[in-house]
Amino acid sequence: MLNKIICTVAFLLTYHLGFSQSVLEETFYRSGKINVVIAVILVILVGLFVYLFRLNKKIDQLKK
Amino acid sequence: MMKNWWKFLAVILLTYVTLFSLLTPLVPGGLSVDINEINKGKNTISFTGYNTHFLEGKTDLRGFISIGTQWIEGRILSVTDNAKFQFEVTLPDTLPSTQVAFYAYTPQDGAIYVSSAVGFKDITIDETKKLPAIQTNIEKEEHQPWGFPFQPILFETIRNLMFHVPMWFTMFFLMGISLVASFKVLNGKWEKDIVAVASAKVGLVFCVLGLITGSIWARFTWGTWWTRDPQLNGAMIVFIVYAAYVLLRNSIEDEQKRARLSAVFNIFAFILMILLLMVMPRMVDTSLHPGKSGNPAFSKYDLDSSLRTVFYPAVLGWAMLGYWIYTIQKKFELLKQDKHAQ
Repeated sequence: MLNKIICTVAFLLTYHLGFSQSVLEETFYRSGKINVVIAVILVILVGLFVYLFRLNKKIDQLKK
Repeated sequence: MMKNWWKFLAVILLTYVTLFSLLTPLVPGGLSVDINEINKGKNTISFTGYNTHFLEGKTDLRGFISIGTQWIEGRILSVTDNAKFQFEVTLPDTLPSTQVAFYAYTPQDGAIYVSSAVGFKDITIDETKKLPAIQTNIEKEEHQPWGFPFQPILFETIRNLMFHVPMWFTMFFLMGISLVASFKVLNGKWEKDIVAVASAKVGLVFCVLGLITGSIWARFTWGTWWTRDPQLNGAMIVFIVYAAYVLLRNSIEDEQKRARLSAVFNIFAFILMILLLMVMPRMVDTSLHPGKSGNPAFSKYDLDSSLRTVFYPAVLGWAMLGYWIYTIQKKFELLKQDKHAQ
């Protein structure tokens, strides 16, 4: 399930990036590039949360 | 409760870091001028600044051109807004230097400048030329507002220093724990293998986060997601080597044999990490990455220590969070081992 979601998101992202490079540039070059910082913080948060959720799930499975 | 004091400290540190890394303003800076050729006689220059107060400080606003070590003051024509104004400079037919920079001064912002390569039209360069001396007061002005340094290209992304860089510090810290555990394994305490693998796994997570955040940062400053840079390629090799450590371990059935073999691999991986991330990028002279051979570290611009007051707590906070996650991962590895033994 998780793999399917990741694949879909990755596909949509690459699809989107390929066709709207200018939208990407506009978003991230605006206002002194502050959105780059927001993106970096979100990547770290999402990355750690995904990792912790998976670990939690594995521990639950072991305890059963 | 008291046993877990450091977890509370980690939460407090990271809250402080997130707040102040986003709320500290950037000091005013010069963004651009609209001129690429100066000529004899009148030149109109439009100066664009960042976080400046041209309109608020309109009465005290001054515009200058510096030529080498000498100055010519311009006449303010109009002020569009806080970030933009126009001034007019009358130049003689001889100038003492080709080093030209454009300065703006207001009491709030201090002196800010844009140094831009310009062409010369109907102007000859004579190094002995003396321009009429003027009182700029720019050098005397020591007042600079407090805030993160303004750097061209980086702008607000200098705040990533508090997020991208601590990922690597945390990885080093966790791989250090892993290294110590591996030495213990080779000294006969093979049960320490759990510590080695748990910290390496969490270190790998921080390595991946460092790679992704670095890639995003590079895209919007250097203009590319990835480039053939010794620091970047080194980081990728370190990721592959540690991923191999975590994955290949599983191919050995016997627990003690696995512990000893992977301990040896782990020690080599750590040495490789130090060489690839700390030594190699400083030996070549082509690294784009700040803090290595090509570009200076941000500490060079951090004159008022505004970066340090957030950066040091950031490194400490993220390292503590990394350690916290490692303790959870260790519990999981122990649980898995017990399950396996049954």
